[in-house]
Amino acid sequence: MAEKRIRVLVAKPGLDGHDRGAKVVARALRDAGFEVIYTGLRQTPEQIVEAALQEDVNVVALSLLSGAHNTLFPKIVDMLHEKGMNDVLVIGGGVIPDADIPGLEKAGIAAVFTPGTPTSDVVDFIKKNVK
Amino acid sequence: MDLVKELLNGSRLALARAITAVESEYDEAIDIMKAIYPKTGRARILGITGAPGAGKSTLTDKLVKQYVKAGKKVGIVAVDPTSPFSGGAILGDRIRMNDLATNENVFIRSMGTRGSLGGLSKKSSDVVKLMDAFGMDLIIIETVGVGQSEVDIVKNADSTLVVLVPGLGDDIQAIKAGILEIGDVFAINKADRDGCDKLNVEIEMMLDLDSRKLAWRPPIKRTIASQDVGVEELVESLDDHFEYLEDSGELQKRRAERTRDEIIAMINEQIGRYIADKIVSSDSFAEQVEAVNRRESDPYSVVFNVTDKVLKA
Amino acid sequence: MANDSLKNKLAEYEAVCEKTIAKFPERKNLAHKRLYTPLDLEGFDYEKDLGFPGEYPYTRGVQPTMYRSRFWTMRMYAGFSTAEESNKRYRYLIESGATGLSCAFDLPTQIGYDSDDAMAEGEVGKVGVAIDSLADMEILFKGIDLGKVSTSMTINAPASILLAMYIAVGEKQGVPSTELRGTIQNDILKEYAARGTYIFPPKPSMRLITNIFEYCSQNVPKWNTISISGYHIREAGSTAAQEIAFTIADGIAYVEAALKAGLDVDTFAGRLSFFWNAHNNVLEEVAKFRASRRLWANIMKDRFGAKNPKSMKLRFHTQTAGSMLTAQQVDNNIVRVALQTAAAVMGGTQSLHTNSRDEALALPTEASVQVALRTQQIVAYESGLADVVDPLGGSYYVEAMTNALYDEAMTYIKKIDEMGGAVEAIEKGYIQKEIQDSAYKWQMEVESGLRTIVGVNKFQVEEPPVKGLLKIDNSVGVKQAKKTQEVRANRDQAAVDAALKALKAGAQDENVNLMPLILDAVRTYATLGEICNVLREVFGEYKAHSTL
Repeated sequence: MAEKRIRVLVAKPGLDGHDRGAKVVARALRDAGFEVIYTGLRQTPEQIVEAALQEDVNVVALSLLSGAHNTLFPKIVDMLHEKGMNDVLVIGGGVIPDADIPGLEKAGIAAVFTPGTPTSDVVDFIKKNVK
Repeated sequence: MDLVKELLNGSRLALARAITAVESEYDEAIDIMKAIYPKTGRARILGITGAPGAGKSTLTDKLVKQYVKAGKKVGIVAVDPTSPFSGGAILGDRIRMNDLATNENVFIRSMGTRGSLGGLSKKSSDVVKLMDAFGMDLIIIETVGVGQSEVDIVKNADSTLVVLVPGLGDDIQAIKAGILEIGDVFAINKADRDGCDKLNVEIEMMLDLDSRKLAWRPPIKRTIASQDVGVEELVESLDDHFEYLEDSGELQKRRAERTRDEIIAMINEQIGRYIADKIVSSDSFAEQVEAVNRRESDPYSVVFNVTDKVLKA
Repeated sequence: MANDSLKNKLAEYEAVCEKTIAKFPERKNLAHKRLYTPLDLEGFDYEKDLGFPGEYPYTRGVQPTMYRSRFWTMRMYAGFSTAEESNKRYRYLIESGATGLSCAFDLPTQIGYDSDDAMAEGEVGKVGVAIDSLADMEILFKGIDLGKVSTSMTINAPASILLAMYIAVGEKQGVPSTELRGTIQNDILKEYAARGTYIFPPKPSMRLITNIFEYCSQNVPKWNTISISGYHIREAGSTAAQEIAFTIADGIAYVEAALKAGLDVDTFAGRLSFFWNAHNNVLEEVAKFRASRRLWANIMKDRFGAKNPKSMKLRFHTQTAGSMLTAQQVDNNIVRVALQTAAAVMGGTQSLHTNSRDEALALPTEASVQVALRTQQIVAYESGLADVVDPLGGSYYVEAMTNALYDEAMTYIKKIDEMGGAVEAIEKGYIQKEIQDSAYKWQMEVESGLRTIVGVNKFQVEEPPVKGLLKIDNSVGVKQAKKTQEVRANRDQAAVDAALKALKAGAQDENVNLMPLILDAVRTYATLGEICNVLREVFGEYKAHSTL
């Protein structure tokens, strides 16, 4: 009788307060039938990783617009792995220059969604890639 | 089983995964529950409910901080409604408890109601048991107090805190029927707002009329959770209630009733499932329903037929 | 009757159109009517609804001459990296003839963390300049005469601290505070509702703001003490009407807080300024600017009984909509910004920042900033849009739209009043929810193709990654943290401790104006983080709640 439901943590690391994108994505994921845990602004990597662990999410979706992505995104992936969450899909979005994307992907970010991406792309990506 | 062993050894990841197994009704869930059951029954369970916007999460956050300060390990189960349209949910209670997220003595889990009304109460109760076996001293179940399923969830607790706010007007009327009678302690949150005295009087009047509240008169505490005002006093009242439960034998009685209720509910569920799988989906059942529709038979005879068969099986 | 004949003719026209329009279903469901006529302006009263420019209710503009005397201030928001780097940029701007500076601070500064705080990791110098102590502020304005320049600072939660540092730098230059000119954004309510860089809960935050109003009315009389901002509300996804409504509701809350603190409306209201977004729909935006002026004038006069005309004038800065820039085909953004500029100018803005083409990807490069500035200059000097005051006044459409936005905003304001005002409405999550609903609706319109964004959901092309973006590397953070540690090591610690202790005692007493105490602390080189931590201890921190 298992009813597997995809659980996604939508988190904003860093200090920027621009959560329009994160909130729109959170709603779209809800409407796609996912359970979305929304933790709000200014989350430290430690807070995000702990929340991901306690909530046993399948996906961590990070949104950041301040330019601190190269520091914070890889740090979060590393900490997830340290805690034994190797099967969590980590995706990112925000104001992220194309040039930074290969580095982030190498660091373990499964996909980076830049401005203008339809939310349906994010939904499809999660459905296809969640483990 | 590794997961159970790790959970009992204090692995937070194992606890998280065990909760998922139970919540999603994975095949191994029953084995997990069986294995941890002997380790349960130690934690104190507190239910927190109230109207939307009453500040339950903020109050929970402040309460937990008090208990953590006192050296307790606290688990929190935060239940939010699932959208009936998409089956998805936004679980936003953590947002108020972010600075607890990294505290090693705290574990927060958000749950969606997932449309399973009766089952939710059992699932959340199982999650509480997992946290209990994990070694939490106090487990808080927090849910919005708007319907019967929420009342059922909260009934899994030893004590229930009902959070109200002044000035919600009609909402109070709506909530009165379902939730107020289960409150062991009341908090009037956002007590700096107008209408606080009036609300206090209303609750007192209601308690005066309730003959079940003779042995323990639920105290009404005023708080401003966002400013940490009145929280210590609230903790005292909650502790008083728990002490009362222990001293009066009420705790044992409530827990024994709960165990009984749970077993009955599980039996009902099991039988219900059997009926759904084996009977309702069968061709012969469909034929019998058709016969009723043609007025060649009647529902009462069908029920007899079916239950007879089940009992023999 | 003339109207009857007009109505008949309009009906004939509509009938003719229907046939053709049936062939173009995608153009059928636009929000506005096809055609506006005098029928849309029934009861229109020129003198009551519009008046003359510089005259109540200021619908046509706050000054009589508008751009026939002087263009709007072309104020480009800048600041990045360290104080040294930003100082270079400011001096360059001043040498090129700028008379106004606009300081962008990095996020740790905006949220009250020093550069060596763990919370600042990866953020130092990224979206603006890092200011930890008076030492940084001295460097930021080195060689710039504060008596001559007007400085706008985008700072909110710690606005009093940055203003105090500015005053202290003035003191060191020998410029008295009465001569300082500039603006602090200082609009905390929109931070809760839309922008997210809050620190303290609403009540003590409102106190800090009224403390500034009071202090400045006596000591820094030429300072604009607040810039009540709709910009970020719109960026968060609101509609035009919501932008006006929620911003003016915030304005009402500030006025009420100041009145409650015992200030007379005409002593501070003239120093209130506004900050609007210039969005894509040009004519709707023009109507928005006009409607907001009329609305504020009505409210200040009728509701608050202001006597001084200055108190009724809605003066505003404008920035083109950052959220409307696309990461796709970035050069298209130049066109968008030009149209947005046209809207701001036809709407009568007092100053304007134009965004650069590459800002959906990173902070702008110098070259793209130049194009953005040139856009303003082309609109000013070449387009003719600045040659006539309120050029769209009298357009059936724009007047009807102005009225409609006024009414819609007023309906919201009444609803917020019923909830107990903007602070309550924000605490209940009402304003956030309304904004989010609009943002989600917009996104779904784009995804369904109901709304076209060129290059994003239509007319896409394959394109290579954009080259030459500005990059701030992380060595800035290390350097800045080290500098601040040196400041801490070399100051008179006893003086710092005494000042912070006095500040704490003051914070605990609601009747104390904190500005002088903050100024004392700043003078001892107490850091922004230290001052904010003292206030955090007393005031607590604001926590958002999920309004999804």
